[in-house]
Amino acid sequence: MKIIISNSSPDPIYEQITRQVKAQIISGDLREGDPLPSIRKLAHDLQISVITTKRAYEELEKEGFIDTVEGKGSFVAMQNKELLREKKMKLVEEKLAGAVEEAKLLGIGLAELREMLALLHGEKE
Amino acid sequence: MDNAIEIKGLRKAYKSFTLDGVTFDVPRGYITGLIGPNGAGKTTVIKLIMNLIRRNAGEVKVFGLDNLRHEPEIKARIGFVYDVPRFPEDLRLEQIASALAPFYPKWDRGRFLALLDDFKLSPRTVFKKLSHGMKMQFSLALALAHDADLILMDEPTAGLDPVFRFELLEKLRALIQDERKTVLFSSHITSDLERVADFITFIHRGRIMFSAGKDDILESWGVVRVSGGGLRPEDVPGLRGYRRSEYSLEALTSDIAAARSRFGGSAACDKASLEDIMFFISRGDTHA
Repeated sequence: MKIIISNSSPDPIYEQITRQVKAQIISGDLREGDPLPSIRKLAHDLQISVITTKRAYEELEKEGFIDTVEGKGSFVAMQNKELLREKKMKLVEEKLAGAVEEAKLLGIGLAELREMLALLHGEKE
Repeated sequence: MDNAIEIKGLRKAYKSFTLDGVTFDVPRGYITGLIGPNGAGKTTVIKLIMNLIRRNAGEVKVFGLDNLRHEPEIKARIGFVYDVPRFPEDLRLEQIASALAPFYPKWDRGRFLALLDDFKLSPRTVFKKLSHGMKMQFSLALALAHDADLILMDEPTAGLDPVFRFELLEKLRALIQDERKTVLFSSHITSDLERVADFITFIHRGRIMFSAGKDDILESWGVVRVSGGGLRPEDVPGLRGYRRSEYSLEALTSDIAAARSRFGGSAACDKASLEDIMFFISRGDTHA
């Protein structure tokens, strides 16, 4: 598991952790059943509060990304393929929403945005 | 959550300063920072926990035991690090350790030597030859070597350079890998606590202003800035202090979300650092 915490980021630290862990699960870098470091170990490695890592793990658990077994630790949860795809879709949606937001600030209209998107999509193929 | 320290209604009156109504808990298994400006009463609180001075009223429980009635057994489980460690100047570090060891049933000489090695201190060095930072390291090594359940430190990072400070904080984080260990340390260097502390207790003019989880504080408190005279401090939701200048009003709020929805884009709403909080509460024009 790789996590980098930025002190200057406007996002709370627990969110930085959940975002990075989720991304690694979705990308497959972290696989089903992989153990995560303990809450206290992660806090120590990142030099942050135990409460922060605890909260990050709680969020990940609530969203079904990880399971915590009392006395054994936390593991990457069984990922339902359907659910995983849905989560990835949501990620794409979020990123698009961000792009739309930026475009609106610059006064870029839908037609122009479509053109840009088509161009980008074509390039990658 | 169980507590390593529970303090209720603590009072200590001096001629020119009174600590009063001090009530807060130090949760076991975490690092708690006691912050406040110079003269706020941080050292007085720590001395009262250690029973180094007589209290006028109130109660202090350490490990669930009254700190006066169970003083010896409590102290055997506390590692106390003074802001300026004092030991006989001409003794070698190993001699000081041997003299103190009998007071601590869980003293571990091997661990002590390993810690000195960690800190690159020689047990044969004479105490007076140590720099301030090295004295702090030695003092912490003593506390850790008797396997203290509670590390109590008064301004441990004051006067230390960033390298020493970072190393000390790292040791504290390592210590609470064991969830039965607890750390309480006072500091006016808020950046040290900003990252490493789990809980923050803020003391000002002998009274506790708040005591809460550090994440909760840093997420919900904020500073609102508006230019011109259009805004009255009373209009800021959750107002905790403000400063007015010719051009602007800056206000500290404990509810930045409410301030954001109230002012929208007409004010700059930023997160507050512990330093901001300390500044506005103690030096601002007024505090609510």
